[in-house]
Amino acid sequence: MTQPPAPDRHYLNVNYGVRSWLLTVDHKRIALLYLGSVTLFFMIGGIFAMLVRLELLTPEGDLMQAETYNKMFTMHGIAMVFFFLLPAIPAVLGNFLVPMMIGAKDLAFPRLNLLSWYLYMIGALFTIWAIVAGGVDTGWTFYTPYSTAWSNTNVVPVALGIFVAGFSSILTGLNFIVTIHKMRAPGLTWFRLPLFIWAHYATSIIMILGTPVLAITIVLVALERIFHFGFFDPALGGDPVLFQHFFWFYSHPAVYIMILPAMGVISELVACYSRKRIFGYSFVAFSSLAIALVGFLVWGHHMFVSGQSVYAALVFSILSFLVAIPSAVKVFNWTATLYKGRISFETPMLYVFGFIGLFTVGGLTGLFLAALGLDVHVHDTYFIVAHFHYIMVGGTIMAYLGGLHFWWPKISGRLYPEWWGRLSAGVIFVGFNLTFFPQFILGYLGMPRRYHVYPEEFQVLNVMSSAGASILGFGYLIPLVYMIWSMRYGKPAPANPWSAAGLEWTTPSPPPTENFPVTPVVTEEAYAYDLPARRLPEGTHV
Amino acid sequence: MLNNLPFFPPQASTSAAQVDALYFYLIGISGLMSLLIAGLLIGFAVRYRRRSRASRAGAVDGSMKLELIWTIIPFFVAMSIFVWGAGVFFHLSRPPDDAMNILVVGKRWMWKLQHLNGRREINELHVPLGRAVRLTMTSEDVIHSFYVPAFRVKADVLPGRYTSLWFEPTRPGRYHLFCAEYCGTRHSGMVGWVVVMQPEEFQTWLGGDARDVAPARAGERLFTNLGCATCHNPGSGARGPSLQGVFGSTIALKGGARASADESYLRESILDPQAKLVDGYEALMPTFRGLVGEEGLMQIIEYLKTLEPAAAQPGGTPQS
Repeated sequence: MTQPPAPDRHYLNVNYGVRSWLLTVDHKRIALLYLGSVTLFFMIGGIFAMLVRLELLTPEGDLMQAETYNKMFTMHGIAMVFFFLLPAIPAVLGNFLVPMMIGAKDLAFPRLNLLSWYLYMIGALFTIWAIVAGGVDTGWTFYTPYSTAWSNTNVVPVALGIFVAGFSSILTGLNFIVTIHKMRAPGLTWFRLPLFIWAHYATSIIMILGTPVLAITIVLVALERIFHFGFFDPALGGDPVLFQHFFWFYSHPAVYIMILPAMGVISELVACYSRKRIFGYSFVAFSSLAIALVGFLVWGHHMFVSGQSVYAALVFSILSFLVAIPSAVKVFNWTATLYKGRISFETPMLYVFGFIGLFTVGGLTGLFLAALGLDVHVHDTYFIVAHFHYIMVGGTIMAYLGGLHFWWPKISGRLYPEWWGRLSAGVIFVGFNLTFFPQFILGYLGMPRRYHVYPEEFQVLNVMSSAGASILGFGYLIPLVYMIWSMRYGKPAPANPWSAAGLEWTTPSPPPTENFPVTPVVTEEAYAYDLPARRLPEGTHV
Repeated sequence: MLNNLPFFPPQASTSAAQVDALYFYLIGISGLMSLLIAGLLIGFAVRYRRRSRASRAGAVDGSMKLELIWTIIPFFVAMSIFVWGAGVFFHLSRPPDDAMNILVVGKRWMWKLQHLNGRREINELHVPLGRAVRLTMTSEDVIHSFYVPAFRVKADVLPGRYTSLWFEPTRPGRYHLFCAEYCGTRHSGMVGWVVVMQPEEFQTWLGGDARDVAPARAGERLFTNLGCATCHNPGSGARGPSLQGVFGSTIALKGGARASADESYLRESILDPQAKLVDGYEALMPTFRGLVGEEGLMQIIEYLKTLEPAAAQPGGTPQS
């Protein structure tokens, strides 16, 4: 199969200078702006995480004071959740790929797209300033009345940062929905769309419907903190549990903002590296929508011991079990895709295996937490911490890194070094499990989360976890180094290094600013890996 | 039986064995599922690696039958967990009627506890073996959570409201008490011990300090000192409803609604009397917010619980 030659002019070299980046309306350049910013926040959040793990090496609080420790885990959570995990896949990979996958020149509203990056950055800078000016110690969950009446830290500046960044999320969601509806290439019907697009469509719905609730909640917290309006503090006539309802009404669906795009990435990768159409396409597609919708009805499972009524707890419990089913369906379909495939093990595929394994553990331990009688014991312990890290780190970050490697040749026009890629995928998988698996045991033993000092019998497991964290941190540094290295020294990438299906691979690497010189016309189903043109000769190693 | 496993918490209450049984059921299911997925992943990855010559004939990209199988089977498995979990939860949420009541007030960063004979404790709770214990809890400031891993029980302790939990210890010993809801700087210092004693030892311990005043008696004093009796005495002209037998009764409210007079209702009626007016009475009562603290409120309520329903009084308003 002949591939278009490497172009002289592409989106990276079409013009130069700071202005050409800061005022760009090209979705690909905006994706790179996001890539730089979320990487920065991943590093900030990671440093906080390392400090937390370092403190927990010993039962005593000997590295830092309690105030400092509390700020560390709070800022770890805020940096990772709001400024890394939520935007990571949609704003970097989604921004780059949604128009390319549907054969469009750009998103529907390019200037709005740039605005959303600026909103993200304003929110991010606000938060960084608040951190430098003393930090915040409420936990990323901002539970009232602690956050509104008792904490002496920078609650309002950080909340304001999250408030502003939330609008970036809303605008991105809006942009994706309109783009996917209106800008698909001729012949690209809904059921020919890559599952990455379905996943981002479902994610966008959550972003638009959920984020405003978070924004309102933050405003209420600020009003109570500054002007003493009594919304949540019982001393002012408010209800503290009301805050938890508001917060989790957004923040539970927010988990799906993090995991659904990851699932979209996995669907693309698993099809490409098994050279097969994805198994049960429409089930995978609709399970994304099912998760997005049912995901809005399960927030109360964060509050089984918060004093809500027994019957409310029952309803939230059964709905939480129901939302697990579409996730299980996806795992089964990915596994079935491998059957009779032609599987190869490049770095992105290693991340796929890692994702499926870790997401399975994360999902299954979610059943432990949805089970009412059991949640009472493990709620607010390290069991929860382990569970959501298996989903958010084991799930989202594995998929994000897998996707970044997969599309790196398209994004940068260069190949990453395969050997280093495989090595780091292995190191990350081992480090991750060593960090977080002991935390399940620790949680069932009864160690509460957010503890600065802890009883001595918990030390062995904590040491294992901290040791794993250092391996994990090292594993993340390897791709950071070789990705940057490859931008200059990597082998130039052909248009389609993986012989992958999908419109984004029909255009040169890196693509021209307008993506497609001629609007493509789609005549085939998604993942048509059995077409003669994409069939690899027996024994070929890409 | 499970008390000597490494990395496993002691089982020291009647609920612990129930929670653990559910836990092992879930570990079994998760183990099977993980093995199944991992086995398939690895098996397919080896058998269908690109260079393998295994036959690919008859590869399919969808099957309604399979989709139904792997939707319906997980559904029923999930429902079995739901039903079991709900059963355990009901057990945990319903204290036996004869449970011994203990009052708990959380504040940053300590647990204040009081037995009904007046004995006070801080960050330590002594309880007798084999007797159901019910904690009535509230907080003076932020949200805390009362957590005893060895009993597998936990409940958030909220300001402005009463919550409760119960347990029946089955094994003598000292067990960790943790605050499980982040409550600020010294959250991890808001810990203590639950000491389970033989019943006789416990009785000796309980009677050990004669200076303590039983909460009901302290509540009676408060009731008098705050002048509650002026209006709430049946003989005072009945500006307020009689409180004889009020605890546990059903109250007819102005506007036709009804309320069950539990601890939270009584607390609200003292702090925010206008929130739920008893039918037939004027909104005359002032708030006692600021005049009586959380422990005082609990004591007044304990006193109200001791007021037996009076014989039908001439001219009095029926309580239910």
